[in-house]
Amino acid sequence: MAEPTSISFLPSRAGDVALRWLLFAVLALFALFYLMPLFVMITTSLKSLDEIRTGSLIALPERVTFEAWSTAWSSACSGIQCEGLRPYFWNSVALTVPAVALSTLLGAVNGYVIAQWRFRGANLIFSLMLFGCFIPFQVVLLPMARTLGFMGVAGTIPGLVLVHVIYGIGFTTLFFRNYYVTIPVELVKAAKVDGAGFFRIFWSIFMPLSLPILMVTVIWQFTQIWNDFLFGVSFSQAGTQPVTVALNNIVNSTTGVKEYNVNMAAAIIAAFPTLFVYAVAGKYFIRGLTAGSVKG
Amino acid sequence: MADWLERNVPRILLAPSFLIVLIFVYGFIAWTAWVSMTRSRLLPKYEIEGFIQYDRLFAAPRWDTAMNNLFIFGALFIVVSMMLGLLLAILLDQKIRIEGTLRTIYLYPMALSMIVTGTAWKWIMNPGLGIEAVVRGWGFESFVFDWVIDPDMAIYAIVVAAVWQASGFVMALFLAGLRSVDDEIIKAARVDGIPTWRIYSAIVIPSMAPVFLSAFIVLAHLAIKSFDLVIALTGGGPGYATDLPATYMYAMAFSRGDIGQAASSAMIMMAVVFAIVVPYLYSELRVKRG
Repeated sequence: MAEPTSISFLPSRAGDVALRWLLFAVLALFALFYLMPLFVMITTSLKSLDEIRTGSLIALPERVTFEAWSTAWSSACSGIQCEGLRPYFWNSVALTVPAVALSTLLGAVNGYVIAQWRFRGANLIFSLMLFGCFIPFQVVLLPMARTLGFMGVAGTIPGLVLVHVIYGIGFTTLFFRNYYVTIPVELVKAAKVDGAGFFRIFWSIFMPLSLPILMVTVIWQFTQIWNDFLFGVSFSQAGTQPVTVALNNIVNSTTGVKEYNVNMAAAIIAAFPTLFVYAVAGKYFIRGLTAGSVKG
Repeated sequence: MADWLERNVPRILLAPSFLIVLIFVYGFIAWTAWVSMTRSRLLPKYEIEGFIQYDRLFAAPRWDTAMNNLFIFGALFIVVSMMLGLLLAILLDQKIRIEGTLRTIYLYPMALSMIVTGTAWKWIMNPGLGIEAVVRGWGFESFVFDWVIDPDMAIYAIVVAAVWQASGFVMALFLAGLRSVDDEIIKAARVDGIPTWRIYSAIVIPSMAPVFLSAFIVLAHLAIKSFDLVIALTGGGPGYATDLPATYMYAMAFSRGDIGQAASSAMIMMAVVFAIVVPYLYSELRVKRG
């Protein structure tokens, strides 16, 4: 692939050094703007409440304390419950892992069928799925709440897994379909001539080619589901809430003094898994974000 | 039998997903549409009564506020994010050595939950201890920055946080767009002595029209679905000054026990989304087939 070219407005000759420095200054200022909230979150979480009240928002902590972190993790109160973020963090893990795995698997199979085993109506089905990606979820909240009740999984983690899988299929199918559609159909034809069946072709030919799109899809689904709040707050009950809901409850708990350091520590804990994934696999995260929105 | 199975495996495998989408997307939309035409309150009723819920909705001052907020928030969020994103993309496209690092910094907020973003900005904009206190500490004693508790300004506080979260993403889209502009045309324009700002305004930016459209669609979609950010940052308050359709719908469905209102407001939200997304998807699908 050719190296993408930049459209530089700066002469590359020496001479316009000043302009070059100005450019760096502007870029650095923006970097500060994006980093500032993270900086404030971290420093606030390491301060005592006294220091927060008397000191400055942007000052480094004079005395670093991890008390707020342990409170946030194991004893912060949301309403009457005072068990910190820990149980809810594990709720999020317990619902995200199966939901990501199932929706990705279904997306891979659907994408394979739609892209490579075209039959009459397959494109219509794909269009219907695609539209499903764009609906505001408010329009399915009420019937979903009732359906979960009928199925006996209202307010449970399996219920939430089900919801995330159902409304994740559209995107996962889209990702895999758009990836598999670039693989020439001749490959499948040749494999069929050699006597390979549907599953054999999928496992031996498509799966080994799928690592990049698998990464994109898993990371996309993981970020979406971990960060979800709407489904979590609508379909969970005390004890089964995901971490985002618990964080919001802790921050907006009306009882007791506002412990800003605990709130910030809790926010970082809730953000940590997706930030970590972004740090180690940002490339795939960005590819997921831009998939479908940039042509080609 | 085995032969039939072999031939129909693709259909059989796609069928469950198709059924799921049919029921849980289209069936559910139909259910909500139906219920929005009834007198449902705490429990759904199924006798169609016409458009009474929509009449109630359009007469409700709270819904009026929510729709106004959506337009203010949506317009500012989209315009500011696009301008900032384009600016950053152009600046980053100057053969900067640390481009990768800067890109990572600009884009990381997109990996955060909106609840986390809201929590962080709520603290930063805290009137007593946040930015206001910092600036006062610098000697500007009368400085006031209390947007989060000012009913007239709170919606702009949400715009700030939302732009912070999404503008890096727009930057990434535009950067990819800039890199796909045909190099030869630009070289030719350079040779002809056309000034750089003209190259941008007359060649580069017009040729990125599809990227603008994609960014617009994604941002509009984010704006309409914005729910978490408002809940975390202002809780819809003060009063219901920062209500959006999404928070209105949620309040009606889960705290007011007014299913009819919840259903009709959800239908309006869907109509707004579809008015924006359907033409786009339609043209996308047509281009792909053609």
